[in-house]
Amino acid sequence: MNIITAKDLCLWYDTLQALKNIDVEIPEKTITALIGPSGCGKSTFLKTLNRMNDLIPGVKITGSVCYQGKEIYAPGVDVSELRRQIGMVFQKPNPFPMSVYDNVAYGPRTHGITSRVKLNEIVERSLRNAVIWDEVKDRLRKNALGLSGGQQQRLCIARALAVEPQVLLMDEPTSALDPISTSKIEELVTSLKEKYTIVIVTHNMQQAVRISDQTAFFLLGELIEYGNTEQMFSKPKEKRTEGYITGRFG
Amino acid sequence: MQHNPLPARRKAYIGTMRMLMWISVAIAGALVLFLVGYVLVKGIPNITWELLSTKPSYLDGTIGILPNILNTVYIILATLVVVLPLGVGAAIYLTEYAGNQKIVGMIEYAAETLSGIPSIIYGLVGMLFFCQFMNMQTSLLAGSLTLVIMNLPTIMRTTQESLKTVPQSYREGAFGLGAGKWRVIRTVVLPGCVDGIVTGCILAIGRILGESAALLFTAGFAHALNGLFDGLTSAGATLTVALYVYAKEQGEFDVAFAIAAILMVLTVLVNLCAALVGKYFKRKNSV
Ligand SMILES: Nc1ncnc2c1ncn2[C@@H]1O[C@H](COP(=O)(O)OP(=O)(O)O)[C@@H](O)[C@H]1O
Ligand SMILES: [Mg+2]
Repeated sequence: MNIITAKDLCLWYDTLQALKNIDVEIPEKTITALIGPSGCGKSTFLKTLNRMNDLIPGVKITGSVCYQGKEIYAPGVDVSELRRQIGMVFQKPNPFPMSVYDNVAYGPRTHGITSRVKLNEIVERSLRNAVIWDEVKDRLRKNALGLSGGQQQRLCIARALAVEPQVLLMDEPTSALDPISTSKIEELVTSLKEKYTIVIVTHNMQQAVRISDQTAFFLLGELIEYGNTEQMFSKPKEKRTEGYITGRFG
Repeated sequence: MQHNPLPARRKAYIGTMRMLMWISVAIAGALVLFLVGYVLVKGIPNITWELLSTKPSYLDGTIGILPNILNTVYIILATLVVVLPLGVGAAIYLTEYAGNQKIVGMIEYAAETLSGIPSIIYGLVGMLFFCQFMNMQTSLLAGSLTLVIMNLPTIMRTTQESLKTVPQSYREGAFGLGAGKWRVIRTVVLPGCVDGIVTGCILAIGRILGESAALLFTAGFAHALNGLFDGLTSAGATLTVALYVYAKEQGEFDVAFAIAAILMVLTVLVNLCAALVGKYFKRKNSV
């Protein structure tokens, strides 16, 4: 089952075309890696999947993105509900300047949950799922900005999990972290595959190989090659893919 | 590096410059000390409980500034109650909602220009518009509304500047969880800029405390003790206006200096508050 399908997707920032006729199908409960040199449109593509580009003035989009068979750019789509189901983790950890607890409870509260008992339960479950519970259980009331970078990023993952999404979009979630935090997050992402579909942008080829099922290679706004990760890294179909993954450019 | 002794001429030059700088510092410092000292020495002995707790009355033979203290408090409160929602609201709209950046830029420019206009012009306009055209007469209300217009640009600009310092990543994080625009503003953006709003408020209070020209035109210089509720519709002098009236029209210099000393102390307190608030929020945001 494909949970997300992009067809002939184009995107312009004013006059700059950042995505050119992208066709991608993302199967449910898999990890898809997006790779490619800086500025090739990975983040842009990721953000089209939960309409985060709506926030940027001057963006124009053509083509189609379907989530669970429904066009997400159709008029009348509930963007708030869409973003609840397709969550996002950013490159730089961005916890809100409030307590650890309030950070995780932010999403559920946004979607109308007020019961203390229920919130406590959601917060604990999300923090456990993001493998950070043991580190923060004694400091739930402390400001989240006091955590280390790696902890902040796992907190942001917990925050995203708290609204029970189906899909998790991650934009280079480990690029600002040290190697130990990075491997913790990789482990976490792999374990999340059981319940969630994950699309992850990464600059790190080893990371793509380690964790992803399929890989999409972008170059200058085009999708050059998309397919099974192992096959792509052992036997790329395209010369340009080979050039990139063997480190000849990018 | 070789250590060359400086030529004599250069030495003399440096010495002279250093001395000139010392002299300017000394003069500036002495002036401030003299001014503050003079006002405090002449003023403080005249601050009596009777002065603070009575109204001027020919029958009782008292000259009290209680009405002026109350008028000052009234005007500050009335002004803030109106200017805060207006200024903060305008700032939120301009920074978070408005689409046309050209118009936003023009409004910001206009606001900056407005905050540099001499206050007597606000007084004149306030008198014509509020007192006469709106038929409010000379009253604390007309005075407050004039001060609202005067302080609106300041409150709006300080709020705007601090809205802009809230990291975009906070907004993205909240939107990414499905929060709507207003929820993002209320829960993530506004808490991050309370310090700016409070600073704007304190600046406004300082400005209102020191304002005389605009209020002479619009709030008048009555010394009567106003009731709690009809206070706003009567004329009345704030402490600063009263200072002018006592010194210039009644020749009561003792009272004038007492008021001056009180205003000086209040101004120091307001500035201290601003510094403390800044410090408090800096600490709060860094952990
Ligand atoms: N908000 C924006 N406004 C204008 N151009 C943008 C914006 N964001 C990205 N771009 C441009 O779109 C292209 C793709 O950017 P991006 O998706 O961030 O690349 P990547 O994530 O692969 O490094 C780049 O040329 C970038 O300069
Ligand atoms: Mg990027």
